[in-house]
This record gives sequence, C-alpha cells and structure tokens, in this order.
Amino acid sequence: MIDGPSQQRGARISLKALSKQFTPGAVPAVDQIDLEMEPGEFLTLLGPSGSGKTTTLNMVAGFLDPSGGQIELNGRDISNIPPHRRNFGMVFQNYALFPHLTVEQNIAFPLKQRRVPRAERGRRVREALDLVQLSGMDSRKPSQLSGGQQQRVALARAVVFSPHLLLLDEPLGALDRKLRQSLQAEIKRIHRELGLTFVFVTHDQDEAMSLSDRIAVFNEGRIERVGTPRALYDDPGTLFVAEFMGESNRFFGAAKGAEYEWAGSPMRTAASRPGADDDVLVVRPERIGIAASPGDVPSGANSAPATVVDSSYLGIQRRVDLEYADGTRGVAVLPGSGSSVPSTGAGVVVHWHPQDQVFVRRRPPLEPAVPVDRRAPSAAVTKAPVKV
Amino acid sequence: MRPGVSVKIASGVIAALLVLPVLVVIPMSFAAGTSFQFPPDDWATTWYQSFFTSDKWQFALTNSLKVALATAVLATVLGTMAAMGLSRLSTRWRSLGLSLIMMPIVIPNILIALAVYATFLDLKLNGTLRGLVFAHTAIALPFVVIAVNTRLQGIDMSLRSAAFSLGARPAAAFRQVILPLLLPGVLSALVLAFVSSFDEVVISLFLQTPANTTLPVQMFDAVSVEIDPTISAAASFVVISVSTVILVGQLVALRRRKGQVL
Repeated sequence: MIDGPSQQRGARISLKALSKQFTPGAVPAVDQIDLEMEPGEFLTLLGPSGSGKTTTLNMVAGFLDPSGGQIELNGRDISNIPPHRRNFGMVFQNYALFPHLTVEQNIAFPLKQRRVPRAERGRRVREALDLVQLSGMDSRKPSQLSGGQQQRVALARAVVFSPHLLLLDEPLGALDRKLRQSLQAEIKRIHRELGLTFVFVTHDQDEAMSLSDRIAVFNEGRIERVGTPRALYDDPGTLFVAEFMGESNRFFGAAKGAEYEWAGSPMRTAASRPGADDDVLVVRPERIGIAASPGDVPSGANSAPATVVDSSYLGIQRRVDLEYADGTRGVAVLPGSGSSVPSTGAGVVVHWHPQDQVFVRRRPPLEPAVPVDRRAPSAAVTKAPVKV
Repeated sequence: MRPGVSVKIASGVIAALLVLPVLVVIPMSFAAGTSFQFPPDDWATTWYQSFFTSDKWQFALTNSLKVALATAVLATVLGTMAAMGLSRLSTRWRSLGLSLIMMPIVIPNILIALAVYATFLDLKLNGTLRGLVFAHTAIALPFVVIAVNTRLQGIDMSLRSAAFSLGARPAAAFRQVILPLLLPGVLSALVLAFVSSFDEVVISLFLQTPANTTLPVQMFDAVSVEIDPTISAAASFVVISVSTVILVGQLVALRRRKGQVL
C-alpha cells in the first residue's frame, strides 16, 4: 500500500445527473443526482432503505449501468468501464470473503489479478494485515474468524491494491452494537492512515455522524441535502433531514409576515426565518428547557404548552418525552443532574431561545422544470454540483 | 426432528424393495449351471469368466464406458454453463428455461428414442458411438443442471461482485472463485451423467448396430435372444461398479464437508 500508484490516492469522483431506472416507466431508483466526492474525504450516503443510496454505490462500483448521467473519476467519464478495470476497493455488508481461500489468499487475490510478483505480494499482504491488526491470522479460513475479524480481512483485501477509492456498503450492518463501535473507530483510523476517498453507505444516522466528513442524505432517489454532520444537524433544511438526523420537536405552523404562528400563538423569529409559508419550526431536544408554569419561562424565549408522556433518567442525561397541544410528539434532553422533572402526565411549558430554532421545508424544494435535453452530456457537465 | 416408527417401517420396506433384486442377481451370477437358477444348486465363477473373456461382452462394456465417459464430460460442461446462465436470468425466464431443460425427464424415453432415431437417420449418426453420446447427453442434462443449480443457489453471488471489484476479469472470477465453490456440484453432476448414460437402454436399442452395442443392449439381447446367463455376471458387475463410484463420491463429499467445518 505504501508504494502503489500513490498519486491516485484520494481520487475525485463526480456524479453528474446520475439516474437509474430499473424498469422503463417506473419511478427511478436514483433520479438525476449530482454529487462531488472530494479527494481524501469520508463521504457517507445516508438514507432509509429504498432511498437509492446503495443503487448509487453500485453504479459507482460498476455493478449497475446508469440509465442516464455520468460518473467521472478525476474528470474522466468512467460510466462504461467494467468494474474489474475501475480499481475501486469495495467492502460488502456480508463480507464477501472467498470461503475456499485462506485469509492470506483472500488478501493476495487482487494482487494476483494484477500480477504483482510473489515476494512483493507477501510483503503487501503482511502490511495490510498489520493495518487491520490481524497479523498472524494468515492461514485461517474465513469460517474460522468472528464477524468482526472477517470484516477487517475484507477491509484489508479492499485496500491492499491501492485503489482509487474505497466503497463501503453498510459494512457494519451485520455486526452487534459493541463490535460496530470498535470497527467504526478502526475504519476511521484506516481512513486517516491511507488518506483514501471513502464512500460509505448506511441507514444509521449515528454511524454517519460519527464517521463522516460530509453526509449526503438520500430520500426517494434524490439527494435532499449534502453537508457536514454539524451543518445537517443544526440546519437540516428539510423536514425529512430533520427527522432522519436525530430527534426533534416540530411545530407545524404558518408564517405570518415576519412572525410565525403555531396553534394560535406567535413565535419569535431570530436569524432563521421561514422561507415558505408552510415551513416547519424545528427545535433539537437538547436546546429545550421545561418550566412548570408560563411564569417561569425566561423572557425573550418562545414557549409551547405540553404534557409529559414519559421521563427517563439516563445517567448524564434525563430524557423527557412530550406531547404538544396539537398532538405532535416531541422530546427534551435535560442535564441529568438538573432540578426535579415533572412526573408523567403533568402539564408543563416547553421553552427555547429563538436562536436555537430552525425552519425547515416540509418537502424538498421542487426542482425548476427539467429541460428535456438535461441528460445530454453537455448539459450535464455545465450543471453545478450540489454544494452545502 | 427424529423420524417416527411409521417412517422407519416405510423406509425399511422401500429399501428392501430396492435391494432385493440385487440380492437375487448376485448369488445367481455365481451359479454353476447352464441356465438361470435361484437359489443356485452349486457355485462357480463360469459366468464371470464368460463375461470377462467374451469379445462380445467386453466390446459392449468398452462401448458403454466410452459413451458414458464422453456423455459425462459433455453433459457436465453444457449443464454447468446452462445453470450459470439460468442463474443470471429473471425469475420468470429462469423457470421457463429450467422447465425446458427438464423436459427429457418428463418425456417418455421411447418418444425421445423415436425422434432421435428419425433425426439421426438424416444426420448419419445411427449406429455410431458419437450419436449415442449426443442422445445420452440430452437425457443426462437435466441431472447435471439440477445438481449444479442446487449448489449454485448456496453460493453468495456477491462473491462474484467482490471478485470483479478486486480486479478479476469475468473468466478469472469464474475460474478462481465460482468454480472451486461449485466443484462438489460439478463432481456429482459428472457421476449422475455417467450413470444415466451407462444404464440407458431404450435409446441405445433404437440406435444399435453391431458396431455400437452397449452393455445394457447386450444384456437385453442376452435375455431376449440368446438366453445367456452371463447377464447375471454382467449385471452384478454393473451394480457393484456403479455403487462403488457413487459411494466413493459420497464419502469424499462427506470428508470435504467435515474439513470445511473444522
């Protein structure tokens, strides 16, 4: 790995109006997405199942032919290059280790395909095993390893040939929680050490938050939003992203001039203002305070009456599940050492500072009418990629 | 789940029905006499001598072995390719293709024999070993496809994708990843195809000339035309050699499976 085509390390991948339609006339699985994968970054494709993230990954890997659009590697269109000539490493959810080969033979497989001389092959296999901390396991068969060890072998096998980038398709999905966390740290370390572009697919937002430099949130074949984990959490942009990325308190009201009205009461707005009349006001659980009566609400804060549905003590935090006057559910996360919390069933007043609220679109903004020739290469190239 | 008493009895009866003919034929082949005897009055190996020294019987045996070997190889190669191809079709086309390939099992052999006979007259394949190989391959194909297909369904097809992503060309992915995993299925397909050709009699009868008599045809003639008790020795030889091939195959498969678990 040290002396591969290192100038290729951290390749840039651009998806341009990329589409996939499995059956003609059906709803596209991936609908004209634009996405830049920056050299060396850890980009996560996040979304519920069926949102198009895995289809996108499979098109980048070359296992699926796009129905439209382009995939570019360092500016060169690779849409028609078969997977075995793309030089992309891939880690599969079910490991996909070759069961009839030993760990060593599995990791040497890509080197053998590239006719790397035997001596160098041995050295690079050893380096790869060191990288994933499995030295000494060379002669085991995959069936003699635990799930976590198997996935680490798969990782070693996918990076041993110095690929342009590493694709990871829900690699931690088959592992239990504890193992998942230790492998997360491992993947993060390997990304740091290799400096490769990583494209990671998951439906687990916690995983996405803790690993990624940037996250692309997929919904119904489109990318709803791309951004750093922090940016997506603090300013989700759409209701879907807000609900998918962590928990939130949602107030479905309406814009009234510069103000916002919810359940008949006005809400103060700060820097963030509703962009459309039916925007939704969203407050993250840890930005919320709970008061026993309206008199206890700090001045300048927004407030809403609610009923305590459940309350649980989680050590450093206390979690309070709420139901608002309009029937929507919400949640507050308070410091665990804080003052007493009203018991279940009690009526309370929830309050927050207007600066801690954001407005999000109910649905993603409708794209401007798509010109018919949009899929023509020239039109696709001129289209600006999605930026944060 | 452990089998109940009724299952055990049923299995016993069926096993007995299957094995009884063998228990008659083998003692009969050691009879010292000039006609069929059971139980034999006296014991001798006359019929084995006759079987192994008679040119007629040895010619038929050699023909059968040649045809069965060629059929096994041809049917296994074709059937494996067919199974691979089918696995990549959509469910609808796959089941259609499978039913087409399974046809020779459903169609009575006598009908196939008639059709083959008529066709081979035009192609000048009647009376040749090559013609027998082609006809037997058609009959053996379903067994090969079933054996390979069963094995193929146990193979995770993401292994193929993985091989591609690691730089293997499609041919290399097949040779280095899929074929080794498919091997037990391919081996049992070879055995099944060999056996299905080795004991095929209907088509071989239709296509027979003195130049391409196979062992089953010779045995048929031995009973219907010549009343030659050598057939009991020939039959015993066939039963024992075929059972040995299958038993060895199963033992090897068993050992391999154990090895994989360890």
